Amino acid sequence: MDILKFGYVVPTVEETMSKIWKKYLLWFAHQHANFRKEEMNSIISMFKITLRLVFESTDHPFWIVELSSPDEAYLIASRSVLLRYCIELWARSTNIEVLHSDLKSYPKDEIELYLSTTFKVVVETFCKHYTQREKVEKIETFNYLPLKGSVNLKNPDTTLFYIEYYGIESNSIPEKPIELFFGRWIADGQRDTIQKLSLKSRKFIGNTSMDPQLSIIMANQARVKKGDMVLDPFVGTGSLLIIASIFGGYTFGTDIDFLMLHARTRPSRISQKIRDKDESIASNMEQYGVKSRFLDVLVSDFSRTLWRTDMQLDAIITDPPYGIREAVERVGTLKSNPFIEDDQIHYPSKVIYKLEHLFIDLLIFSVKHLRLNGRVVFWFPLFRGKYSEDQLPFHPCLTLVASSEQILSNYTSRRLLTYEKIKEPETDDPACTIGEANFRDQYFNMRKESRTVRRLRQSGERARQRMEWEMRKTTNGDKT
Amino acid sequence: MKLLTHNMLTSKCLKGVLVGYPLKIEVQDLRICEVNCNLDFLIRVIPRIDYPVLYTAMETLGYANDLPSEKPEDYQTNEEFLKKLHHALFEIEIINGNLLCPETGRKFPINDGIPNMLLNEDET
Repeated sequence: MDILKFGYVVPTVEETMSKIWKKYLLWFAHQHANFRKEEMNSIISMFKITLRLVFESTDHPFWIVELSSPDEAYLIASRSVLLRYCIELWARSTNIEVLHSDLKSYPKDEIELYLSTTFKVVVETFCKHYTQREKVEKIETFNYLPLKGSVNLKNPDTTLFYIEYYGIESNSIPEKPIELFFGRWIADGQRDTIQKLSLKSRKFIGNTSMDPQLSIIMANQARVKKGDMVLDPFVGTGSLLIIASIFGGYTFGTDIDFLMLHARTRPSRISQKIRDKDESIASNMEQYGVKSRFLDVLVSDFSRTLWRTDMQLDAIITDPPYGIREAVERVGTLKSNPFIEDDQIHYPSKVIYKLEHLFIDLLIFSVKHLRLNGRVVFWFPLFRGKYSEDQLPFHPCLTLVASSEQILSNYTSRRLLTYEKIKEPETDDPACTIGEANFRDQYFNMRKESRTVRRLRQSGERARQRMEWEMRKTTNGDKT
Repeated sequence: MKLLTHNMLTSKCLKGVLVGYPLKIEVQDLRICEVNCNLDFLIRVIPRIDYPVLYTAMETLGYANDLPSEKPEDYQTNEEFLKKLHHALFEIEIINGNLLCPETGRKFPINDGIPNMLLNEDET
């Protein structure tokens, strides 16, 4: 039996003995599987939960774990966005007869706790569809269960789950299920929150607003708790601050883009010609009912010092620009002697802020302002073919806790990096480093053919197809 | 901009400015908006704020009477004080005005509640 160890104390033998450990089935969304373990580790270390792994997988959408109390299952479900639901596992088998006999031998007093309540049974089949009638027939096979209460489909006190798992190969679904589960439903994960935070219904969005599901994962990775101070130094439209505030954090942000923070950029919605007057990060916070935990946003250049040296933060979550869809800029000029007239409104000129410098600045900033064990979570763009771990930024006071890849295209991906501060800086520490990558140059120059060549080739192909089509049309026309 | 943010801000981005703290405030518009009070967060945030700076800021805004000039010793349990502190940190918002560097006098404008801390390229 494996025990997940991440920043918390493994209980002593006596503690383990005095608790009643039960098996739980954690059923995950079949999506972002390589974020699953990382999210779960962050949540259990945040709540100091000891979780024993019985079965863990990224291929299959479920884990089987042991927890010492259902309260811990509730805590996990209150945060995890990749979790669909959590079930107290009563029986599990690869064979239906064994499942029934296991269920019959499950401690009677455990089941009898739910005897007199109203209940319903849910049949879930993964990778295979059954009609409602077939599902009812399946439920009937459990009629030996000593449930004496009445059925209530709308609002039952107890929900029982029967799950048939047919694997993940939708092209070759087996005749019989690979695995069967029966248990009592405990709680749903945060899949609902994804809908609640949908960008479609959000007042103020931009071109690169973060996908709600990923933003929830980020807040979990950063372990944002009630009363935490959370900063996003590349705040944009504030999509990361929303979920941090929902989780109880007090949030603020900075961005170099004056027009973005004042919501005067071109609208991102195709249906919208001009931005509404009341669009702002603050109005988003109001929309989600968390304005009381939103502090401020400021226009500022991340490459310059802004804050008091002793300002202390609990978490930093951010999505810096990669130089593709949003420019990476800082204030500066290439002129040796810039001259600015006093009497006019002046918009400071900007120069490219090298991505490598930005990430090094971000780590140094995090070490300076994070409390001990505080976390910084951010996305790091990469070229997939050339990835190696030494490209990632390194700082002696930070330890890399998680690095999960999200594939963006054939060539590119981004990794969600989570660093935890493990010590205060000392004078003889090694320097903060980052591998040579130059993502932007590679993105535009390192493909097999350059963008101009590809465009020419594609437009040539389109012209040829159009000609062929017109030729066919005329020959067909001649026939009729 | 809330006074909690002001309490953290410096003008160290300017050339030759070493401390740049606290920033002076010039107010044109001010708004008071009621916000839910979270005592636990306040108790956590007190050690992180510079109290004399907050008091001076309240004085500048003309609310000196709303906050004691010194932090009481029993601040963790003194609910009346915590409520006043909550009001000062979270409920007063500067909508339009200026922040001034204490050393150079450089003005940083606040528009629609958002301070603009950007420098011009000749200042970097």
